Parts: sequence; C-alpha cells; structure tokens
Amino acid sequence: MNSRSYVMTLSLFFLIFIVTLGVTPLIGSSKISLARAFSDSISTSNNVDANILFQVRFPRILLGALTGAALSVAGAIFQALLRNDLAAPFTLGVSSGAALGAVIAIALNLNIYLLGLPVVSLFSFLGSLGAIMLVFSLVRTRHGEFPTGVLLLAGVTANFFFAAMVMFIHYIADFSQSFRIIRWLMGGLDITDYKTIVSISPIVFLGIFILLFISRDMNLISTGVHSASSRGVNVARIQKVGFITASLITGTVVAACGPIGFVGLIVPHTVRLFVGPDLRILIPACMLFGASFLVACDTLARTVLAPTEIPVGIITAMIGGPFFVWLLKRKRPA
Amino acid sequence: MTPPTLMKLENISFTYETSPVLENLSMSIEEQDFVGLIGPNGSGKSTLLKIMGGILKSDTGSIRFKESPVSKINKKLFAQSVSWIPQDHPMVFPFKVSEIVLMGRHPYLSPLSFESKEDFEISQRAMETTMTAQFSDRYFNEISGGEKQRVMIASALAQNPEMMLLDEPTAALDLKYQVQILSILKNLNAEHKMTLILAMHDLNLASRFCNRLILLNEGQIVRDGPPQQVLKKDILEQVYGVEVDLDSKDGNIRVHPAIRS
Repeated sequence: MNSRSYVMTLSLFFLIFIVTLGVTPLIGSSKISLARAFSDSISTSNNVDANILFQVRFPRILLGALTGAALSVAGAIFQALLRNDLAAPFTLGVSSGAALGAVIAIALNLNIYLLGLPVVSLFSFLGSLGAIMLVFSLVRTRHGEFPTGVLLLAGVTANFFFAAMVMFIHYIADFSQSFRIIRWLMGGLDITDYKTIVSISPIVFLGIFILLFISRDMNLISTGVHSASSRGVNVARIQKVGFITASLITGTVVAACGPIGFVGLIVPHTVRLFVGPDLRILIPACMLFGASFLVACDTLARTVLAPTEIPVGIITAMIGGPFFVWLLKRKRPA
Repeated sequence: MTPPTLMKLENISFTYETSPVLENLSMSIEEQDFVGLIGPNGSGKSTLLKIMGGILKSDTGSIRFKESPVSKINKKLFAQSVSWIPQDHPMVFPFKVSEIVLMGRHPYLSPLSFESKEDFEISQRAMETTMTAQFSDRYFNEISGGEKQRVMIASALAQNPEMMLLDEPTAALDLKYQVQILSILKNLNAEHKMTLILAMHDLNLASRFCNRLILLNEGQIVRDGPPQQVLKKDILEQVYGVEVDLDSKDGNIRVHPAIRS
C-alpha cells in the first residue's frame, strides 16, 4: 500500500464522519433553530434550543460515535485474529459477561455513583473483564498460544453460561428491576452525559492506537499463525495483546450503553469491501465509518417513532439480521 | 572441502500432548544444501521443519543457526535468514497476490510503517523469479494451487533468506506444476546459493532434484546422504512397509512400489 492512496481513502471516510456529525444533531423530534441555539440574547438556562443541542443531542451523538468506532474496530480485530469473518466483538463472551455484571448491580438496587460513574456501568465493565480472563485462561495452551477453534468454543460456552445466570437473576427480580434489566439488555445511547464520554474515550482511543501499532503483525496472523511466526511475528504475544485490547474497548463501551449488536459485524465487512483486509487501513476506516454508522442508526432510533425513542440496538439488529444472511449466502471466492 | 555449517541440531526431542514426534534427533545443514526430507506420514517431517523454522520449540536439545542458539536470536532477525512455507494456504480474507508477497518484508519493517520503495522492488524481483508478477493484482484466493505455491515462495524470497524450509511444496499439484516448482527451487539453489530443505513424499522427484536425502521414521533419522545411498530397497521396504523395485536412469534412482494382485 502506498501512502497517497492511504491518505486519500481515509480522507473520504473522514468526510463521511464529519458530515454525519454535522447533520445528525439538527435532526430530531423537536425542531431546533441553530440561530436561537447560538443566540447571545437568550440566557443559557432559558435557551431550550441550546439545551437540546448541547445537553441532549451532542453527548448522545458523541457516545454513539465512540461506541460505533470501538465495536467496529474490535469486530475487525476479532475477525482477523480468529481468521473467521463471522466473528464479532461479542463472540468471546465479553457482552454476556458485561450483561451479568450490569444485571447483578440492577438486582441489588445499586443506584449509586462511584467515581462519577453509575455502579451499573462499573459492574458491567468488571463483568466483561471477568469474562475475558475466564475465556483466555481456559484456552491458553502450554506454549502460550490461543488455538482459535477452542477459543470460539470457549466464547460460545461462556456466552451461554452467563446468559443463563442473567435469566436466573431476571426471573427472581421484581417488576421494576425486570424492566430495567430488559432495557439494559436492549442497548441504547439515550441516557448519557459528558462525564461518561470523558471517562470512556481515553480507553477507547488508547486501545485503538495499540491495535494500530500491532496491525501489520495481525495482518500476518490473519493469513496463518505458523507463517506469521516464520516471518518474525511473536504470535502468542500479539494474539494476547490484540484479543485483550479489543475486548477491553468492547467492554468499555458496552458498560456505557449496553450490548449493541451487529455493528462489529456489519461495519468491518462493509469497509473491507472498499479498502481491503489490510488492518493498517481497515482499523482507522472502521473507526470512522463505525462512528458514522452508529450515529446514523441512532438518529433513526430517535426519529422513526417520534416522539417515542426506540433503543438503537433494535435498529442495528434489524439491519444486521438480513445483512448476516446476505453474508452467509454471498458467493465467496473459491 | 566441506562447506560451512548453517544449522546444527543436537538431540532434538519433541512431544505433542503425549506421543513423541521426534526423539533425540541430531543433524547439520551445510550452506547451499538441497535437502529432501522423506519418510512415511507421521514420521515427523513437518514438525522438524517447524522446529528448524523457529515456529515450534523442541522439548530438549539445542538448535544453532551459524553458531548462535536459535532461542537467543531475535525472532525478526531470524526471519531475515530463515523462511518457512506451509503445505497449504487457507486464506479467509481477500488479500491480493502482491500484498501476500509484501508480507515477506515484515521482518525488515518497524511498527506503524509502510513498505518503502526498496521493499516494493525486492517483492517485484521475488515475483519475477517465481513467475508470479503477471498476476500480482489478482486475489490470492482466485488463483490455482500451483500459482499459490509460487506466490508463497515469492513471499518467502522477499524475506531475503539464506535458508528456505518448504513443507511438501509439490503435494496436491499436477505434474507440470511439480516440475515447475522444483525447477524454480533448483535455480534458487544453484544461482542464489539458497539452502533448501523440502519435506517430500515423491521419492523420484526427491532423488531427481535433491543432492541430499534425509529419511525419517518414527521421529528418528534412518539414513542421511546422497540419494544413491539413502534409496535402498531393503531400507525403504522396512520403513514404508511395502515391497519396492528400484532402477536407475541417467544416474537417478527411481522407486516403484511393487503392486502384486
């Protein structure tokens, strides 16, 4: 790949991102006027337009962008490292671990804040960390490698196990808790503020940078672990760093907005059609396009049944289901 | 005068789970050797190649490349000297031929960097040597088995190695491609002084192209030497468990399994 086409391609994805970020705040169930929002003659507390724009829509759009970016990049990484293009950020049990954490916090009525963050989010983050550690410690061989077949199996098993625990807690919970559990499991970007953005963005950006740093090594692993090793890639270390970093950014955004499915599957596939499978360009392109995609889906979620807002997870799943079928039925090159 | 030793293995043992694959194996590879590693299925050929390529670590014994223990050599540095080519090449993602070949430059690149003009030139030369340049823009998954094998050789060549390890490079190829691949390798050996170790099943091709054969059985070396000394009726019948007839043409030994009905 040469640097000129690299910059050109990424500029295009950046443009899509900027346009999405510029247009979507203006769309919503209540019409707002930019002139009034930015007007000096109305005091900030009385300026309804400014409040909607800056306190409601902007943080939500930023959270959507961060979440879309993290899930899409994580999806691309899981697909490459597992050498399986149907893998997703949730394949290895991260989301169900997060769900279990969140559901425990909800069932215990822990409606408090710790370090400025809701305890439900912290529990959910701890849950995803626990799932990662469990799956990887089960799978690791004595040579320090992670055989992909066993890894997938362990992930699926963890998903079922945690889902069973979630169902159990859900079953014994009371009605109001039950509603909150269901609502959390649907995933959504609606309840957010700038504090959440500030607390999750460093992890997401640092994670994406680490993944970019090892992107060429992961390219080689995506063509085969042994040939990667023979080209000087420390396979065990790169697998570990890659899986854990991708799981960590997934767990971080899931803690903030619940499991939003299919983004990590749809976006990497779509982007790969345009830029190819080289992670050096696939990662930044997925980051930009994933951000745009989820913000667009969320705008749909905010407006399609206006004034009722539906969880964005429903929208992504409605797009993702048919997409997944198309993916399976698509004619693959021999 | 014997050429200098490139790689030396001493008392190598390796065990997968519980069954031993290699037992106390010792040998040395000299510069510009063209070695055919032969033996029945499960005799340890592939494992031995992976150990020599630094992909697997032996349980016991030592392996040295030019006097230095391989375990002490930086992985990327080792990859600049020794390359390994697997038997088959399942590819999930749509990489182009040129991208696969460029991956051979990985040991020379630092993180976050792109291939330089020089890297492109080296890859281009590797593709010309292996006659793959004309389809460099095609997708790897869309080319034939023989073409894939040549692309993988090009990628290994881009590593600029002194020694190449190939795991059954001619398996699953038709006669024309078998000869083509081996001719490319023969040329690399003669013109570029490349040291080559090939795991092979076809004894006739091995005897025709290699100047040294190592016969493995149950993880141990049975015979090691020029084809005439290794391909002996009694040894082959004992190792492979079938009756064979041998003849020779132009100094090349040919092995025929005796099929009696």
